[in-house]
Amino acid sequence: MLAIIRQTVSNGASRNRPAFYASRSYSAAVKEMTVREALNSALDEEMSADPKVFLIGEEVGEYQGAYKISKGLLEKYGLERVRDTPITEAGFAGIGVGAAYYGLRPVVEFMTFNFSMQAIDHIINSAAKSNYMSAGQLSVPIVFRGPNGAAAGVGAQHSQCYASWYGSCPGLKVLVPYSSEDARGLLKAAIRDPDPVVFLENELLYGESFPVSEEALDSEFCLPIGKAKIEREGKDVTIIAFSKMVGYALKAADMLAKEAISVEVINLRSIRPLDRATINASVRKTNRLVTVEEGFPQNGVGAEICASVVEESFGFLDAPVERIAAADVPMPYAANLERMAVPQVEDMVRAAKRTCYRSV
Amino acid sequence: MAILWRRSRNIANRIRKCMNKGFMGCAVVNQSCWSSTFQSSSLSNLRPVPYQNSRYLRSLPWSRAALFSVLRSKSTVAEKQLDSFFSSDSDDDHRSLDFPGGKVTYTSEMNFITESSRMRVPCYRVLDDNGELIMGGDFQQVGKDVAVKMYSDMVTLQIMDNIFYEAQRQGRISFYLTSTGEEAISIASAAALTEQDIILPQYREPGVLLWRGFTLQEFANQCFGNNADYGKGRQMPIHYGSKKHNFITISSPIATQLPQAAGIAYSLKMDNKKACVVSYIGDGGTSEGDFHAGLNFAAVMEAPVIFFCRNNGWAISTNISEQFRSDGIVVKGRAYGIRSIRVDGNDALAIYSAVSAAREMAINEQRAILIEALTYRVGHHSTSDDSTKYRELDEIDYWKMARNPVNRFRKWVQNNGWWSEQQETEVRNSIRKQLLQAIQVAEKTEKPPLTELFSDVYDHPTSNLQEQEKQLRETISRHPKDYPSDVSV
Repeated sequence: MLAIIRQTVSNGASRNRPAFYASRSYSAAVKEMTVREALNSALDEEMSADPKVFLIGEEVGEYQGAYKISKGLLEKYGLERVRDTPITEAGFAGIGVGAAYYGLRPVVEFMTFNFSMQAIDHIINSAAKSNYMSAGQLSVPIVFRGPNGAAAGVGAQHSQCYASWYGSCPGLKVLVPYSSEDARGLLKAAIRDPDPVVFLENELLYGESFPVSEEALDSEFCLPIGKAKIEREGKDVTIIAFSKMVGYALKAADMLAKEAISVEVINLRSIRPLDRATINASVRKTNRLVTVEEGFPQNGVGAEICASVVEESFGFLDAPVERIAAADVPMPYAANLERMAVPQVEDMVRAAKRTCYRSV
Repeated sequence: MAILWRRSRNIANRIRKCMNKGFMGCAVVNQSCWSSTFQSSSLSNLRPVPYQNSRYLRSLPWSRAALFSVLRSKSTVAEKQLDSFFSSDSDDDHRSLDFPGGKVTYTSEMNFITESSRMRVPCYRVLDDNGELIMGGDFQQVGKDVAVKMYSDMVTLQIMDNIFYEAQRQGRISFYLTSTGEEAISIASAAALTEQDIILPQYREPGVLLWRGFTLQEFANQCFGNNADYGKGRQMPIHYGSKKHNFITISSPIATQLPQAAGIAYSLKMDNKKACVVSYIGDGGTSEGDFHAGLNFAAVMEAPVIFFCRNNGWAISTNISEQFRSDGIVVKGRAYGIRSIRVDGNDALAIYSAVSAAREMAINEQRAILIEALTYRVGHHSTSDDSTKYRELDEIDYWKMARNPVNRFRKWVQNNGWWSEQQETEVRNSIRKQLLQAIQVAEKTEKPPLTELFSDVYDHPTSNLQEQEKQLRETISRHPKDYPSDVSV
């Protein structure tokens, strides 16, 4: 499926360059790239283009990144721009915020967003709110990134999804890439954005390979923040997901297609701002909705999507909205329990069928 | 305005020779080794230098001016001391071990480092309680213009605090917090810096902004949250901020400014600027995790930042004896590898000198510095507090009258012939009038308009915010009587 390219809102005169060069001739073979490579290339290009961008976090330098996302960057850009830090999330998040106040563009890596809670005051009370509280005097062009959500067998304190926590705070932008193109385009857009961005990756997606278009490989490629992507068009039911769950939703769509249910899969890409327009347009088309997330159900992303759809497209719903989320328990470790605590493809298939009155 | 201390290379070399004989670091072993030093010191009239140095200092005829040279050269010589420890043996090398972090000598005597030194770290002071220069002291000379500005700003701050506090009591503003008793700290430290140095305040340092030229009207506007407030009425009173004055907007959570200061200092370092960052914190704030994070990072990153701790004895009702068990804050500097000094926070000249020296070191040596200023919080924590509930009236009165930093500095300025009683009366009356006028104007100024509810959340408003604003305007136009008439739409 071809990636749809849109120009990001320009945030500086120097950035007004065409998104791709028409004079190039593209090869027929589609390139494949892992999410890891996508993130690495995005960081590399942004650091190369703007000397104010720097990376800070635990193990990002010498170790090449806890998940090897920052591989080669220390060697290329040196100690000043790739900083290994002591184990103090509050410390390096605070330092990043300070550097951003000054005018640098830090990319702060949390080893997982579970650890970001030790720094959450800096993210919420300083990064998110400073521009507003200072009436525009203190802008915070910072990116907080790292893996979010469940991996495999890492237990309660390493598995929580923070999309809804950060998504509820005004002043932040919260992005959730799925594919390699998402990762590249959204990270580049996040680094260029003058507002603080929380960039939620997923550990299990790092190694996954996706085809990328030539346009996406261009160093100016950015995706717009706040626009969801219709990964697969359909007409019977809409499944809305983000991050890893998009892959599951696509699998569920394949399975449902065999039973003649045409599923429209939406990849949110952005939790805040939430693309209510795309969500509602899709629901008005299919009249049925299933929301999927890895996080806990209460006050989750699905709850917000439900509220938006009820507010704006109530008359178009032919069935109640189905909400799929993690079990309302801290993530257990044992493999069998873990499997039951997170959404599976079968859950999505059953939920979609329920909305189509095909099963109980 | 000549700087009075100048290193003598001979003296520095003499120290080096003495230190190479391994006379350093006696604090680690027996307490008695250095405590007795103090009793028998022939230099007992001198202000003792950090205790570790005193053992070898005893044997050398020091002049006070040389003390700073000790502090200076100590940093360069210190690295060489890693291999030799306190010992008079000449063959120590085979008694040392290699570990991550370097060589360390071993001993088979089991000795715990005591939890506190016998003597507290002494406090640097230039003026006595009567505003007289202490004989033989070293300090940075202050000329007439600077001294007069310092003094009149201290008076302005004092009066501003009184009048705004009263305004809160009268219900004209919702909240206020004074720096009564700590005027010397904010004014004198600001005076020792340049406009390029970036300030990250806690909340009891409006004097810094006052020094840099923030007007009484601008202070009043912020307190009233009106349309002329640079903060557009977004924050509670006293949360001042001014980009043009390099004064980062005050943020309420305690100590978050410390790692942020390290971050800004790191940015100055990356940009090769000849400027530093100064961040303020109270005694209570040093208990926050961010204090540890900020200092540790600043040290590791070798960032040019001055951490200025106002130890005023109280964190709302928590006395320092319940806040920490260390000898104040100054001793914590060493734990992070940060050079530190304790100063008399009610002595404007001492603060001026210490901050000047700290700034030079921070910028030229690219390092963090910790300054602990001992003082007393004369006022209540804020208008939401009544400190007579947890401390004695006598205590408060004593500090207000007998240890008043403004009076003390005035005596010195007057003794130099730079100030008179007549000027005192004139200035006080004038400031009072200006303040009352500023309050009147601020009170009458319109509040920020409706657009300011939605702006600055992001760089450009997102679509949902634009929609919300549109909806709100529609609702207001349909139900105007349900909305306040004094907020312009």
